[in-house]
Amino acid sequence: MEILKANLLSPIALAFALGIFAKLIKSEFSLPKDLYTALSIFLLFALGLKGGVELGHATFDDVAWPVVVTLLLGVVTPLTTYFVLRVVGKFSVSDAAGIAAHYGSVSAVTYIAAMTFVKSQSAEPEGFMPTLLTLLESPGIHIALAIGAIKTAQPGQSLKAVLHEVLTARTMILLVGGLLVGLAMGEKNWGSIEGFFDTKGPVFKGALTLFLLEMGIVAGSRFGDLKKVGPFLLGFGVVMPVLHGALGVWLGSLAGLSLGGATVLGTMAASASYIAAPPAVRVTLPEANPTYYLTSSLAITFPFNILFGIPLYFRLSQALHGG
Amino acid sequence: MDTVTLKMVTLVAEPVLEEKLTSKLLELGAKGFTVTDARGRGSRGIRASEVPGESVRIEVVVSAKVSDAILEHVKQAFFPNYAVIAWVTTVDVVRGEKYV
Repeated sequence: MEILKANLLSPIALAFALGIFAKLIKSEFSLPKDLYTALSIFLLFALGLKGGVELGHATFDDVAWPVVVTLLLGVVTPLTTYFVLRVVGKFSVSDAAGIAAHYGSVSAVTYIAAMTFVKSQSAEPEGFMPTLLTLLESPGIHIALAIGAIKTAQPGQSLKAVLHEVLTARTMILLVGGLLVGLAMGEKNWGSIEGFFDTKGPVFKGALTLFLLEMGIVAGSRFGDLKKVGPFLLGFGVVMPVLHGALGVWLGSLAGLSLGGATVLGTMAASASYIAAPPAVRVTLPEANPTYYLTSSLAITFPFNILFGIPLYFRLSQALHGG
Repeated sequence: MDTVTLKMVTLVAEPVLEEKLTSKLLELGAKGFTVTDARGRGSRGIRASEVPGESVRIEVVVSAKVSDAILEHVKQAFFPNYAVIAWVTTVDVVRGEKYV
């Protein structure tokens, strides 16, 4: 309970709730689009840079098992999502694959919120977490889209376009590019920009708080669609992340990740992408209904993880780390 | 002024289709095109704008034959599952040789 309270009273959770509230009372307010874009660039690039610097300190043995379980999660999460939706939810191939592409991928914002939360609980995660984020980002989308494209017999040419789109998206350029830049410049040069990009510093946390305010507005604007998606998807949007989160925390702990690291990996597995996945799914699986995949990932799973999921995965991780 | 009578095809589509549509236009014989951001509402309601991003309005001046080919392609490949509308206007253009 203490953990949940600490999370709900954190600036980012409160700002997120304010954004949702503003939308529910039909306020016109939203962040200017360019500021929103600028904030996301800053947050992702800072993460990439810091992750790259930290990666320079890690040995192969530190990273090997976490990388293996991360890739495993990238393969498992889209498949479990797809089969649960097909078999239990009776969704069409396109709808199930479309939603699976979202749940197989990662929400970078949820990841950042988890990183910030575990640090606030003095459970410093491993420095190479951004590397794991980039590894988990794309396999899920591709596996799910491949299932959908094969089953609905669409030409494979569009998969190549999707691969290009996912790998050259802003998130990937900033994260992977940032990792490489951070790795190349090393600790000494990091010192010269740390004041601005420090992911534990006030600038980063302030930017994150503003960003979550806007994300609350974006999520809140989808709440009206909740009644369109039906009870199954409402339950799915909460149960699926908990299952994936528990799996991620467990595998992360097995791979030797710390309390904080396993929490963050679990959160990544639990989260659903809503920035990279929607355009990719729209192009590749046109029959999939956007209301289903956007509403479940953005209006159900995302708020659930930000407000309740992260402290829950942290508690699970505590239990697995003998606490 | 000497003008030539040609067809202008206008397509308004959800943003994910921009690349697919414009590359197809060139493949079907268009020499160029103009793309602008667009907003609005149609028979699919807000569905068109669900995947974030503004709709695009693509305009292209072509011969009647290419115009028919474009419309046929859009009808078969995009009308069933995407938010797209298309119409054709007859236009009198200067320097008509640029378009065919």
